[in-house]
Amino acid sequence: MTQRSKTVTTVGICAAVALILSYVESMLPPISAAAPGIRLGLANIVGVFLLYTMGLRYALGVSALRVAVSALLFGSPIMLIYSMTGALFSMVMMLLFRRLGCFSPVGVSVVGGVSHNLAQVAVAALLLDTAELWYYMAILTVTGTVAGVAVGLCAAFLIRRIPINKRTV
Amino acid sequence: MKREAHRVRHDLLLCGGCLALALLMLVLLRVCRDEGGYAVVRIDGETHCRLPLTENTEYVIETADGQRNTLVIEDGRAYVSEATCPDGICAAHRPITRDGESIVCLPHRVVIELEGGTEGAT
Repeated sequence: MTQRSKTVTTVGICAAVALILSYVESMLPPISAAAPGIRLGLANIVGVFLLYTMGLRYALGVSALRVAVSALLFGSPIMLIYSMTGALFSMVMMLLFRRLGCFSPVGVSVVGGVSHNLAQVAVAALLLDTAELWYYMAILTVTGTVAGVAVGLCAAFLIRRIPINKRTV
Repeated sequence: MKREAHRVRHDLLLCGGCLALALLMLVLLRVCRDEGGYAVVRIDGETHCRLPLTENTEYVIETADGQRNTLVIEDGRAYVSEATCPDGICAAHRPITRDGESIVCLPHRVVIELEGGTEGAT
C-alpha cells in the first residue's frame, strides 16, 4: 500500500471505532438524572490514542468528524454545539499538556476529560442562565477526572500495543 | 523507567489538582450561598417583597382580596406554614432551600421563589 492510502485507512478505522464507542456510550443508562453531563467519554480513547500516534491533525479531525456524525445520527443540533466545543477545547488542552512532556497518557486524558466538561458548562452558561452552574462544574470536574483516568489507562495500553506512528503509517 | 515513575507522580498530582479545584468550587459555592439568598414573594406576577433568608421571620402575605399565606423563614429555609387557600398545596410543600426553587399557591396567585444574593442586590 502507498503511504497515503495507509494513512487514510488507519484514520478511517479510528474514526469508525470512535463513532461506535460514542454509540455504545449513548446506549448506556444515564449515571445520574440530576447531572446529565456525566459521561465516560469512551470515544476519547481514540482521541488520546491518535494524539500520541498520529499527531494533533488527525486526532482533531477524527474527533470533530465523530462529534458531527454522531450528532447527526443520534443527537440534536443543540447537542452538537455542546459536544463540538467540548471536543475541540479538550483536544487542544490535551495537546498542550502532551507537549509539556511530564505527563503520561493518563494525565493527558484527565486533562481532556476535565477540560471537555468545563467547556460544556461554559457553553451552558452562555446558552442558559442557571444559578446551579458552579455546583455542576464541581461535580463534572470530579467525574471528568475519574473518567479521564479510565480512558487514559485504556489509551495507554493501546499506544503500547499498537505500534503505529506518523512515519510507519 | 525512572522517567515513567516521574510521569505517574505528575499524573497523580494532576488528578489531585483537579479534585482540589472541584472542592474549591464547592466551598466557594457554599460560602456564596450562605451570604446571599432572598425569598421573593410575587403576587399576580408582581414582586410584593423580598425577604433575606438569613433572618428568621414569619411573614403574612395578604393578597388584594384578603387571602392569607403565612411564610416562615427559618435557618435558610422557607416554607408556608398556614394558608387560607382551598387546596393547601403551598402549605404541604416541603421547605425550599436552593436558588431557583419555588412554592406556588395557585388559588391566590402567590409565588415564593428563592434567588441568589447577587441577583438580590440589583
